[in-house]
Amino acid sequence: MGERRSAGRAQRPRANGKVKMASTATATAPAKAAATDLPLLEMFSVMLLARRLDERAWVLHRQGKIAFHISGMGHEATQVGIAYAMRRGEDWLVPYYRDLALMLALGLTPLEFMLGVYGKRGEPSSGARQMPSHFGLRRANVVSTSAPVATQIPHAAGIGLAIKLKGDERVVVTTIGEGSTSQGEWYEGLNWAAVHKLPVVCVVENNVYAISEPQDRQMAVPNVADRAAAFGMPGVVVDGNDVLAVQRVMQQAVDRARRGEGPTLVEAKTYRPVPHSSDDDDRSYRSREEVEQWKKRDPLLLFRATLQSMGVLSEAAEQAAEAKAAAKVEEAVHGADAAPYPDPAVEGLGPVYVEEIHHA
Amino acid sequence: MPEMTMVEAIRLAMDEELARDERVFIVGEDVGRRGGVFRATQGLFAKYGEKRVIDSPLAELSIVGVGIGAALYGLRPICEIQFADFIHPAFNQIVSEAAKMCYRSGGEWTVPLVIRAPYGGGIGGGLYHSQSLEAFFAHVPGLKVVIPSTPQDARGLLKSAVRDPNPVLFFEPKKGYRLIRGPVTEDEGLVPIGPAHVTREGSDLSLFAYGMMHHYALQAAEIVSGEGIRAEVVDLRTLYPPDRATIVASVRKTGKALIVHEDNLTGGYGAEIAAILADEAFTDLDAPVRRLCGPDIPAVPFSHPLQDWFMPNPNKIAQAMRELAAY
Repeated sequence: MGERRSAGRAQRPRANGKVKMASTATATAPAKAAATDLPLLEMFSVMLLARRLDERAWVLHRQGKIAFHISGMGHEATQVGIAYAMRRGEDWLVPYYRDLALMLALGLTPLEFMLGVYGKRGEPSSGARQMPSHFGLRRANVVSTSAPVATQIPHAAGIGLAIKLKGDERVVVTTIGEGSTSQGEWYEGLNWAAVHKLPVVCVVENNVYAISEPQDRQMAVPNVADRAAAFGMPGVVVDGNDVLAVQRVMQQAVDRARRGEGPTLVEAKTYRPVPHSSDDDDRSYRSREEVEQWKKRDPLLLFRATLQSMGVLSEAAEQAAEAKAAAKVEEAVHGADAAPYPDPAVEGLGPVYVEEIHHA
Repeated sequence: MPEMTMVEAIRLAMDEELARDERVFIVGEDVGRRGGVFRATQGLFAKYGEKRVIDSPLAELSIVGVGIGAALYGLRPICEIQFADFIHPAFNQIVSEAAKMCYRSGGEWTVPLVIRAPYGGGIGGGLYHSQSLEAFFAHVPGLKVVIPSTPQDARGLLKSAVRDPNPVLFFEPKKGYRLIRGPVTEDEGLVPIGPAHVTREGSDLSLFAYGMMHHYALQAAEIVSGEGIRAEVVDLRTLYPPDRATIVASVRKTGKALIVHEDNLTGGYGAEIAAILADEAFTDLDAPVRRLCGPDIPAVPFSHPLQDWFMPNPNKIAQAMRELAAY
């Protein structure tokens, strides 16, 4: 199984206090019967599209065509697993900046992503006021997020409170990196969710590094999910590179929240195979061997193998998915390249206050 | 027309808004059964129940952060910070999140939120129960910063704040909670956020103040009127965005300006008023713009002689007016 309850069977830290990385992300057996009602090929296609868009953004940056990119690479399984446990269009999401695959699964288009990367007019998160990948998408119930980390967690608690006060049958999911769980905002938000038994699921996308700092510089426990006990909520560790394991854990957490039984802390263990952002150089803080070791557990490779073993993904189907993703990426890049920049007199000046909002 | 105290007017405003709009709820420390440490929410828990008047964990940033989330979902939270001095943990939520949400999302997401915070010294509260923090926040586009000085304005401005679709920071002069009494009209009584209020007409100098200091300013103007100094008093009420037109119009008439606040001098709100006047009323000025403020020390000290030394009062204001009138 790809998941385990925290605390009771938490992995032990080594004598030097460091977490043994290899064992935090143990391989999982392919999930079979439980996954059959999921649109597996669609999930694979979203993961693939996210990866190809992300790769192109890095290329565009090296070509000098864009100013900045912050990547979600490696997180695709975690994020698609999250999305396919949500009632899309109904449940709410308070995301963070690595959630490209999650955003695509909830309806962000490749062109909209590329408009953000290029800083072009019409980018739906912020009208290109914010740096790229600071996601928000009103039509999909995805709340605008900022750059100070963990500020979104109290927002998720507040949304959960509002859902409960109104008696709606919705759930709010919020995502965050493991480094950001050092912030007081994370503690306060989750404490609120637990005290008031709010329909909140907090997913920690643990990719081992907060820029250069490994997990053991952030916390003295081996699993973020171990802290759930202190809040009085369940904590679950799941292999974040196994999309079906994540989906299964998330479904349990979301269903529990919807039943009014309160929040869950889910920790998806994954890895960031690329630098923190286009301004980072990860060679100063980790070995190439470590990164190469991870690439053997690339979530796309794992899911492909699973689907092949299930007889769901033929070679032809995979080629078709690749071709489709490539075409979407090309179309998005051309669309964003041709799009106009925002105008200081329009997007620059406002709206600072609601009174200035003029929807076209 | 009933007379009531400042805190009664504030309670009335919340009572009226809770009754008017089921999206409105109150959240803060001790606001429920206890009715707030200043009794601002007294009786509201019993009347509206635990879903409308919510006791929060003892943690200010999440009082605001949870309020923001609820506002994003469509509710109308009134967040109480027990003393303004404790608002600093919530600074990130107020400045990075609530204030920037509308702009950063191109108007897709908005935060209809009120944060109430009792502020100010003169109550024996020492460094951490006396602070005036308006200057930190009256610098932030996207926020509205309001400070009432009369019961009528407190009720009317707070009701407007609850109905405002933007985040409003509502600082209440706690020394005036029971000290300041006044008539409150029996109508809806809404007072718009934005306009300053000329509360005393005069021709010799303009006195700009807000909150408790406006209350003192009127007393000081009365003192010096017997000496032939006709002071115009302007209650600023909304500090951000500032009412430039009213400020400039008053000084065009009087030619002199004295700004009073209990927050310390340097980088205080008075500096912005002085800058507005330097920019827009330079040729109308017959004297330097003066500021009477708390001294540049970290906060109001506890012991009474120290506190009294710190605080502006009617006599200190009257003396500053005499000096300015004689310039």
